[in-house]
Amino acid sequence: MSLAGDAWRWLSSAESWTRSGGVVERLTEHLAVTGTVVGIATAVALPLGIAIGHRRRGGGVVVALAGAARAIPTLGLLTLLGLQLGIGLSAPVLALVILAAPPILAGAYAGVAAVDPALVGAARAIGMSERQVVWSVELPLAAPVLIGGLRSASLQVVATATLAAYTADAGLGRYIFTGLKSRDYAQMVAGAVLVTGLALLLDALLALAQAAAARRTHARPVPEGTR
Amino acid sequence: MRWLSQNGDQVVDLTITHLAISLPAILASLLIAVPLGWAAHRMRWLRGPTTGLIGALYAVPSLPLLVLVPVLLGTSLRSPTNLVVVLTLYGTAVLVRSTTDAFATVPDDARTSAKAIGYPPLRLFWGVELPLAGPVILAGLRVVVVSTVSLVTIGSVTGIQSLGTLFTDGFQRGITSEVVTGLVLTVAVALLLDGACLLAGRVLMPWAGTR
Repeated sequence: MSLAGDAWRWLSSAESWTRSGGVVERLTEHLAVTGTVVGIATAVALPLGIAIGHRRRGGGVVVALAGAARAIPTLGLLTLLGLQLGIGLSAPVLALVILAAPPILAGAYAGVAAVDPALVGAARAIGMSERQVVWSVELPLAAPVLIGGLRSASLQVVATATLAAYTADAGLGRYIFTGLKSRDYAQMVAGAVLVTGLALLLDALLALAQAAAARRTHARPVPEGTR
Repeated sequence: MRWLSQNGDQVVDLTITHLAISLPAILASLLIAVPLGWAAHRMRWLRGPTTGLIGALYAVPSLPLLVLVPVLLGTSLRSPTNLVVVLTLYGTAVLVRSTTDAFATVPDDARTSAKAIGYPPLRLFWGVELPLAGPVILAGLRVVVVSTVSLVTIGSVTGIQSLGTLFTDGFQRGITSEVVTGLVLTVAVALLLDGACLLAGRVLMPWAGTR
């Protein structure tokens, strides 16, 4: 029996999907963790990044922070928080928020700071308030880069949520760890295939969103006589 | 800190093992990515397929890849080679993108002038294109160095020794200082190698300016 064949049989059996602790349940957990983490990280990092980009100051700190975050090993943060907070979901959620926030912050900052200062000046000159400048000029123009930051953060979270199963009993990573421990390699490979498929699907969806945002910014029809 | 003073030897061994996995992967990524990036820059038709493939590869999570590579290549799940292959795949994915960009920044004037004074293709590459593309390639390499050193630790969950072993062992035995030691050392190794790259860049490419 080949491992790939066994994994396929595992994946194609209805029982693997519907039983308690089956794929449907694990997938829901995985998506719930991912959604919660991206939601919290966005709520914290996005407004901050936009504010820093709008003032066009403090950018060096943001870039340095995003770079430094890359050096932190996820597993280390996860196990450290797991020891401090116990084996519930709070440790992986907190660890993932810490890792997801920097790319969102950097994307929001870079997008807003890259808006042509002349446009911002023009918006102020025609009497827009600061709030209007942010909402109707900077944000629409920054959208592609900003969504790019969200995209890489979401991907990273969906991927890393797999590791959450090392300290908590949740998510698709469970199959990989259970398989490793009990030498049930079919289950382990099936779990790996599921996580990979999910990540690729999410990446494709977010790429579409990013492309749509880019089209809106760059190919908006210009009314006649305005150029 | 009592844990560290009693386990200093093991920590040193793990640091060396950690480097023995990271460095070959970083070097292999560089050796694969530079020719590939150069080719993708020169041959337009190659650019679509390479960026697509590389984008997809980068989206694959590391732990699943660590599990899937043995199925595809027949490497052993718990061998350091398996981890080196996975890290090389990621490193190449990042570096091909930056080398393609790097060769695109080489001014056409420089290329044309070199050709005009009779540089053969190989000398054009080594004497003009690579030195001018160097600073951008180095920027990509620094990203790869830092993320590779940190990613090596993932191998510890399948039993591949590295500084990551301090995470899994510390977690299972409930020793916080062991996990903290692993975290600090991993970040320190990443920053040291990053600094070494920066320094090498200053020495080898003094023309890169004072950025």
